[in-house]
Amino acid sequence: MARREIQAAEITQTVKRLCIEANTHLGSDVIEAIEKSCAEEKSPVGRDILRQLLENAAIAKKEDLPLCQDTGMVVVFVEIGQEVHIAGGDLNEAINSGVRQAYKEAYLRASTLDPLTRQNYGDNTPAVIHMTLVPGTKLKLTVVPKGFGSENMSRVVLFPPSAGMDGIKEFIIQLVEEAGPNPCPPIVVGVGIGGTLEKAALIAKRSLLRPIGGRHPDPAIAGLELELLEEINKLGIGRQGLGGTTTAFDVHVETYPTHIGSLPVAVNFQCHCARHKEAIL
Amino acid sequence: MQTAVSVTTPLTDGILAKLKTGNRVVINGTIYSARDAAHKRLVESIHKGEQLPIDLKGQIIYYVGPTPPKPNAVIGAAGPTTSYRMDPYTPLLIEHGLKGMIGKGARGRDVIAAIKKHKAVYFAAIGGAGALISKSIKGARIVAYEDLGTEAIRQMEVENFSAIVVNDIFGNDLYQEGRQRYCQKVTG
Repeated sequence: MARREIQAAEITQTVKRLCIEANTHLGSDVIEAIEKSCAEEKSPVGRDILRQLLENAAIAKKEDLPLCQDTGMVVVFVEIGQEVHIAGGDLNEAINSGVRQAYKEAYLRASTLDPLTRQNYGDNTPAVIHMTLVPGTKLKLTVVPKGFGSENMSRVVLFPPSAGMDGIKEFIIQLVEEAGPNPCPPIVVGVGIGGTLEKAALIAKRSLLRPIGGRHPDPAIAGLELELLEEINKLGIGRQGLGGTTTAFDVHVETYPTHIGSLPVAVNFQCHCARHKEAIL
Repeated sequence: MQTAVSVTTPLTDGILAKLKTGNRVVINGTIYSARDAAHKRLVESIHKGEQLPIDLKGQIIYYVGPTPPKPNAVIGAAGPTTSYRMDPYTPLLIEHGLKGMIGKGARGRDVIAAIKKHKAVYFAAIGGAGALISKSIKGARIVAYEDLGTEAIRQMEVENFSAIVVNDIFGNDLYQEGRQRYCQKVTG
């Protein structure tokens, strides 16, 4: 296969565009989920909040305003084809440069800071970048401006194998119950089962990239997703935690092989905006 | 659905006595923004016996870190942030005269007790509705801790700012009540 050259400047421009779009344009899957759940929601307060979320999305789109003031810490998933050569600059810097330009030019909030001195860097960099090498000549960028109201509620636990399926389910349901209104329900619950400490967390986050309503190809895992979704929506938490029958829009589960001595489970919460945009170069 | 109760700042005991958990309200008047870093500084000032940069008596603090305003705009997106992070600081601020808070998410036991004891109120605004909420903010200027950027304290003039009463002076909690009403989980 012939090598293909992609300019760093093109990557910067793409990341910039995706950051702005993700923050100002609510995904069509989210709009559909809101409309569908409105018909099913039993709480009148819940239905009123839903109407306001749609109004919020309309204002944001019309005025290029961020949907939410927490414009997130930017997580970027990069899939690089093995035959791709990045020319004209450093790939990490190209990505961060796109984030920097987007947040400055589109008046998005700078939220990144030194974890100990708490000194804000002022430009929302650096992004958290996850790169994977794949066959081919393309480069795929997925930008996730991750809000921390939902991120803060997320957890990883390395269970003993004896915890089994019951232990996994109990952990997830309990975590959603404890998080209550904090992650801005209706939420999307990303679950990573298996791997190591960091792999479980990473596949949980990656599962959030799937559109709402998208099922895992393995029927057993798809069944687990639907079962968890039903249980979560029985908790009564509802929109914004004010009571109702729509606590989650979806549950996405991803798995990875693990060690004979462990059962890692990560849960990554996503708020109702479920922001992510992708592009293939 | 019930009509909204109109609330004008500063909050008095008379207003607070009328606000009940579950009431929808529209807030008018002056409110102040403050989140994590500003709370830390306010409480440190109280501990050092320093004068606070704002007079808390009868005031409402809104937990928000807005996005920067576009040219000629008053403010950017400005929805509530999660409130529990302010819990370690809140009872002391209530003791010093703070009467209202706007945020999202449940408060800790100490905050709920301070709300009841000193007569205050905790409102929830809609998390993730930052663009919509910004329309009810008609004025904003930084009055303290400018170096904190989005976390600086802003004096905001609000008109018909929508919120819902979560914790009232009677010790009620909407998050508990709302969840119980719709919970279908079988315990046992």
